[in-house]
Amino acid sequence: MLKGDKNKDGTYEKQPVIVQGITGKFGSVHTKLMLEYGTNIVAGVTPGKGGQKFEDVPIYETVTEAVSATGAKISIVFVPAKFFLNAAKEAFEAGIKLLVAIPEHVPVRDTMQAIEIAKQNNAIMVGPNTPGIIIPNLIKIGIMPASPFAEGNIAVLSKSGTLLYEISNSLTTSGFGQIFTLGIGGDPINGTRMIDAFDMIKDKSELDGIVIVGEIGGEAEETLAQHIIDIEFKKPIVAYIAGRKAPREKRMGHAGAIIMGNYGSAESKIAMFSKANIPVAKRPTEVPILLAGKIRKK
Amino acid sequence: MRLLEYQAKELFKEYNINTPDSISSTDIEKGRQDAKKIGYPFVIKAQVPVGGRGKAGGIQKCHNEDEFELNYPQVLNMSIKGEKTRAILLEKMSEYEKEIYLSLFLNRSKRCYTVIASADGGVEIESVKNQIIRDVGLGEVSKKIAAEIAKEIGFDGATSTHFVDILQKLSKLTIEKEAELTEINPLVVLKDGSLLALDGKIMTDDNSNFRHNELLKYREQTELEAKAEKSGFSLVELDGNIAVVGNGAGLVMSTFDMLSDNGGKPACFLDVGGGATEESVYEALTLISKMKKVKAILVNLYGGIVKTTIVASAFIKAYDNNLIDLPVYARLMGAEADKSKIMLKDTKTKMFDSVEQAINGVVMEVTKTG
Repeated sequence: MLKGDKNKDGTYEKQPVIVQGITGKFGSVHTKLMLEYGTNIVAGVTPGKGGQKFEDVPIYETVTEAVSATGAKISIVFVPAKFFLNAAKEAFEAGIKLLVAIPEHVPVRDTMQAIEIAKQNNAIMVGPNTPGIIIPNLIKIGIMPASPFAEGNIAVLSKSGTLLYEISNSLTTSGFGQIFTLGIGGDPINGTRMIDAFDMIKDKSELDGIVIVGEIGGEAEETLAQHIIDIEFKKPIVAYIAGRKAPREKRMGHAGAIIMGNYGSAESKIAMFSKANIPVAKRPTEVPILLAGKIRKK
Repeated sequence: MRLLEYQAKELFKEYNINTPDSISSTDIEKGRQDAKKIGYPFVIKAQVPVGGRGKAGGIQKCHNEDEFELNYPQVLNMSIKGEKTRAILLEKMSEYEKEIYLSLFLNRSKRCYTVIASADGGVEIESVKNQIIRDVGLGEVSKKIAAEIAKEIGFDGATSTHFVDILQKLSKLTIEKEAELTEINPLVVLKDGSLLALDGKIMTDDNSNFRHNELLKYREQTELEAKAEKSGFSLVELDGNIAVVGNGAGLVMSTFDMLSDNGGKPACFLDVGGGATEESVYEALTLISKMKKVKAILVNLYGGIVKTTIVASAFIKAYDNNLIDLPVYARLMGAEADKSKIMLKDTKTKMFDSVEQAINGVVMEVTKTG
């Protein structure tokens, strides 16, 4: 969906993207950066500012107006957490099929409702509390800096934003460019789960390997590891888990990063990964080393 | 928020879930009055936001005044797993036949609520045997499902009716208060077959606080945590001596892990948010300057969008304003790192190319100064 049709010269048609909250503090900064990266932003939405322009991008009152004027199926949302559910509902009902949800601090109940509405409309939500998605040199729908990423054949799936940058940078400097990187978000409930993100890319023939950047809380890593065992996935995978030394029952920055009893502990995730024969790096900089080892052994 | 037992029980009462007679206090004077109201024998229970207090001696039986006078100050002044007793709950002792486990939690991978119940309660969830696990969707638990769970536990007659009633009320509470976990452990069966919630644990979604003013009285925040929240940071205070600062929860956790691997003891976990600006870094240093236990600061920032020189000027400003006099071991990844190094040359901030080097430096520093 992110890669458009292939042109005759081998490049891809750029997919049109809408920005909800384009004139906000955060939305405006990142709209500029996405445009700089080459993302085809065709419309913005800010109620009360319809008819105006931002960086030459026309602004509409509603998502429905923006969609009917541009035909875009992708939207990225920058609105305060309190207003997120309404923004998501508006987007899905207007025909948006991929919604990248940037806001942090969205109540879990609102996220679950947004997921329900997405399902009813046959759409996908990434986030909330996600840095977004980037296919290096093609499209960036998110708030990540451009510098850590380079084109290549490794997929990086991460709960954390800054660790996604850190580890992608480490991969890039070791010669492992990326085919696709996605932040699922640091919240307890994610529109696109780790396992869903994995399924999006697992069958790509160009894919050489996958890096999974997890952290304490929940069981997304365990579920994915079991899935990898079940489908006998053979391509190299390396993981990293943040929060090995975190105290129990304390929320470590992310709403989802909390160990309750044994639920969500790093030990449980590491044990499950080793059952799936996936090495777990102790430091971010160890990721490319382990990946190189895995690729060589293949 | 993680509610204390007595706070959870206040919510249970609001939803008509039976609990034993109990009163909470924070000093012995009030405790003595409570003792008269409750009447001997009773138990005094340490109110701490952490499990395992029974084993740690945080629950004591009192049969008479002597035992009360001995136990109350002891339990009030104790720490369990690093958590000081917040209050004391005096509770009427109950005679019961059986201990049950019952909880509802937000199942993150299935995106629904899940009930866990067991006829073998009274121990921590990890040790609860014969768990009955049932996904119950997003709405309230139906009578039918609750009755099926009651049957699986082995309840019949009046006890089954009581159980169905309690599970339905607990599910209503969970949904209305936007809880991630509500637990009754143990839920006890009394001689007459009725049920009583002997202990309670509730965790709510902090992100929904804005629409739950009724819960804010339970909120526990240190002055520094409140300040951090105002700045949009997350702060967890710990008992070590090296402040760990970074941008983004994952990166700070990762730094925290590596520091601990190398023998360093974190004094705090401070996440200034995904972006790092001169203001946010200065604000972070202001917070740390108020923590007396801190001997050195470890900073790990992944700049990306922001130039590192901007961050470097925040350190210089903090020294110039006498905000901090602590050594800082920093790794600033991003544009103009060389320029930042030159800027910081004659300050107490040392800049490193890798976080591993910065960690080695800070651990050595703290070891030297003791």
